[in-house]
Amino acid sequence: MKKHIRIWSGILFGLAIAAVTGWYLSRHSVAVLQPAGQISAKERNLIAFCALLSITIVVPVFGLLGYFAWKYHEDNPRAKYSPELEGSAAAETIWWLIPTALMVVISVITWRSSYALDPFKPLSSSKRALHVQVVALDWKWLFIYPDQQVASVNQAAIPVGTPVDFQITSDAVMTSFWVPQLGGQMYAMPGMSTQLNLQAAKGGTYRGTAANISGKGFADMTFAVKAVPSKQFTKWISAAKQTPLPLTTSTYADLAHPSKEAKPSYYGSVDQGLYDTILMKYMMPMGNNSQTLGVGH
Amino acid sequence: MLATLLGRLNWDQLPQDAITRGGAGSIVFGALGIVALITYLRRWKWLWKEWLTTQDPKKIGVMYIIVALVMLLRGAGDALLMRTQQAVASGSTAGPLDSYHFQQIFSAHGTIMIFFVAMGLMFGLINLVLPLQIGARDVAFPFLNATSFWLFFAGMALVNLSLVLGDFSAAGWLAYPPLSELKYSPTVGVDYWIWALQISGVGSLLSGINFLVTTLKMRAPGMTLMKMPMFAWSVLASMSLVAFAFPILTVTLTLLALDRTLGTHFFTAGMGGNAMMYVNLIWAWGHPEVYILVLPAFGIYSEVVATFARKKLFGYASMVWAIWAIVLLSFTVWLHHFFTMGAGADVNAFFGIMTGVIAIPTGVKIFNWLFTMHRGRIKFSTPMLWFMGFVVIFTIGGVAGVMMSVPAIDYQVHNSLFLVAHFHMMIVGGVVFGYFAGLTYWFPKIFGFRLNERLGRYAFWCWGVGFTMAFVPLYILGLMGATRRLDHYDASLGWQPLFIVAGLGVLILAAGIGFQILQLVVSIWQRDGNRDLTGDPWNGRTLEWSVPSPAPVYNFTSIPVVAERDQFWEDKQAGKKPVARYEDILLPKNTGAGIWIAGFAFLIGFGMIWHMYWLSVVALLGVVATIVVRASDDEPEYILTAKEVEKMDHALARRGSQYV
Repeated sequence: MKKHIRIWSGILFGLAIAAVTGWYLSRHSVAVLQPAGQISAKERNLIAFCALLSITIVVPVFGLLGYFAWKYHEDNPRAKYSPELEGSAAAETIWWLIPTALMVVISVITWRSSYALDPFKPLSSSKRALHVQVVALDWKWLFIYPDQQVASVNQAAIPVGTPVDFQITSDAVMTSFWVPQLGGQMYAMPGMSTQLNLQAAKGGTYRGTAANISGKGFADMTFAVKAVPSKQFTKWISAAKQTPLPLTTSTYADLAHPSKEAKPSYYGSVDQGLYDTILMKYMMPMGNNSQTLGVGH
Repeated sequence: MLATLLGRLNWDQLPQDAITRGGAGSIVFGALGIVALITYLRRWKWLWKEWLTTQDPKKIGVMYIIVALVMLLRGAGDALLMRTQQAVASGSTAGPLDSYHFQQIFSAHGTIMIFFVAMGLMFGLINLVLPLQIGARDVAFPFLNATSFWLFFAGMALVNLSLVLGDFSAAGWLAYPPLSELKYSPTVGVDYWIWALQISGVGSLLSGINFLVTTLKMRAPGMTLMKMPMFAWSVLASMSLVAFAFPILTVTLTLLALDRTLGTHFFTAGMGGNAMMYVNLIWAWGHPEVYILVLPAFGIYSEVVATFARKKLFGYASMVWAIWAIVLLSFTVWLHHFFTMGAGADVNAFFGIMTGVIAIPTGVKIFNWLFTMHRGRIKFSTPMLWFMGFVVIFTIGGVAGVMMSVPAIDYQVHNSLFLVAHFHMMIVGGVVFGYFAGLTYWFPKIFGFRLNERLGRYAFWCWGVGFTMAFVPLYILGLMGATRRLDHYDASLGWQPLFIVAGLGVLILAAGIGFQILQLVVSIWQRDGNRDLTGDPWNGRTLEWSVPSPAPVYNFTSIPVVAERDQFWEDKQAGKKPVARYEDILLPKNTGAGIWIAGFAFLIGFGMIWHMYWLSVVALLGVVATIVVRASDDEPEYILTAKEVEKMDHALARRGSQYV
């Protein structure tokens, strides 16, 4: 009787935790599991598939652990006791083979998804991809639209249903560019240009964040990606063009100065080739002497 | 003149805010308190002769463990501060720490937990057990062993000194450049990190070689490799990894130190520096390091399960193959720490698959442990409980790891709290639980009495429940888009409740640590009731249980001859009693040379950190001089005559009977 009470209270306790967790999750955004883009949806499906696959390992392990602990407890003298039993070729072969079989499945998934979801790979679409150049700064994000000749800080607009080709670099330390609802992250590194191809499937404002520690202002290094219909995107671009401030080498230098919690702002025009200039300055033989002390720190 | 003498050191380097002052105060007063206590008890001479200068691996092991447990308290204190910060700092509410201080604390937490807790417990346990288990009287190089410990101690001292003088690195526990370069981290923090790890890392490398040679060359006659206890196998494997991986760490740290001190450009942004090289190098050491820590824990589980199930270990040969498969594979997976750095699909896919493949031998080991329980007579003493907790937590963390081995999944969880939850489940659930099992299991062999079982159970349940509460919410937070290392976050994200649950979990875990301290105190208090008079308190299987507890300085009166695995168990089954034979035994004399070398090494590091280069040069000469003096000692050993051994052995036997 007492045992029953214990089992039932255990089950009830588990259910209560599950209920509270479910209620909590229903009220909040679980970004990775609620994708709003083509890539993030595929990545979510992969997560779900692998999580289901892992049940085939977790259940037998927990089951055997619980069963053996109960059955072969020293207080159960009726259970068989074979102290000399030291292995079984058949049994061991089985558990070399089962994980191997699972790993074959996962390896195939790994191989195929690594190519299919390669962040550098352009997305196939009838529409021409939008180019956005991303520069990680201390501690804000600069988005340059080279074809539209505008730029924005801590906010980017993209058209829904159009592939976006983000070119990413950093003009400060290394960090990582991540918009979980649109897709996985990519490192931003000085003197390196990485790429991330994403596409929003539905309209909305998505939280973006620096994902790799980058110094004092790291936690404030967030941004918003607004996925809007094409028409509105055009409007956003023309509104940005109205901004009197141009992004030149000198206004860029002001922006690059370390600061926290920069409000979204815009530049009405952008110097041609600014992104390449930023990139190249780390690749020149005598460029950017990093050992110079006290630059804004 | 003063600048040459003192470098960057000045009064401003003393702690400025309340929390740092508290930390600094606890370190200074803690140290002063210990000194005062020893002076009051007039124990300095005793301490120097019996402990500090000892070459006995069992005593060195105890010192490792004491340091590691004290550092566990410091690391756990850091964890409590971090959890408090994140539970509070939602929206405009400020936490107790500013971002820079918060970043120093998580950097210190990771550094201390890996290098000075996990490594300390590991080397401590190996020192205690390995020679006994393979039927040896000592390690291959006793003086080197003591020196390794003191180098470890010097590194630990540097990390803690950073709390009092200057600051600590705020660049994370692996200090990625360019953030860790002089331009972005101009203070002494990263230098403390570099030199603390460099000095203790050299100690680890020397220890690794020492135990490698010990296991290969000093086994009792008849103990072929395939007759070694599984813990000895795991040590052999882990130390092979140390020998290959730690040189990479030494080189990487040296290059970073050159960047910061001499203005070279190995990893700087620009001037031809390449931070990606650092990231590759540090993980080429860092991933094997994880297996360095977990393999000995696997060895402990193998001993514990076989002993408490009172049955032979299932699938011995499989276990050995699995260990070596892990060793080999562990050097082929480092890139999975940075799938997001832009390598091509083929490179990512290769490293992803190799990472997943490690799950195969690990899975085999889990099944072999489970089937060791099958048809056993399981006694659920605390070491067995730690094993049970390990299987549950490690399996959950393991499948999360396999998921993350798929690069396309990793893109979405990398650098998030999902990752943090995963690796804590591996390192706490896998490594720390294993070492706690080992500590409880071998405690009577070293101290002659058992730890209190009831308090041990309380500690286990607090750890298990608290740990689960602290880290399961982190998986969810990671999927919600929470990155690691945030000192505050936007309130509208709704993360706070989960951070609060995690914080409460850490409080329960802290209660577990409290019970462990209580367990130690109560067990010492009631030691006469818990004496291990037989030398074999758990009905053990391997040679260490064949000698009296506490194990005498010479370990074995005569070196045992081995014919089978689990020789001691087989002897007991056959009713064979050891025949006492006494012989002259050569033992290493005590020496303080290891302390001197480590003390000078500490000064080298201190000089480099504060740019007091003259001090580093003088201290380096000190190291050389100490080595020359030590090497000129023609009689580093003494002979314990057969008569003396007999007398000691009889005294031990009498001691046994006196409590019966």
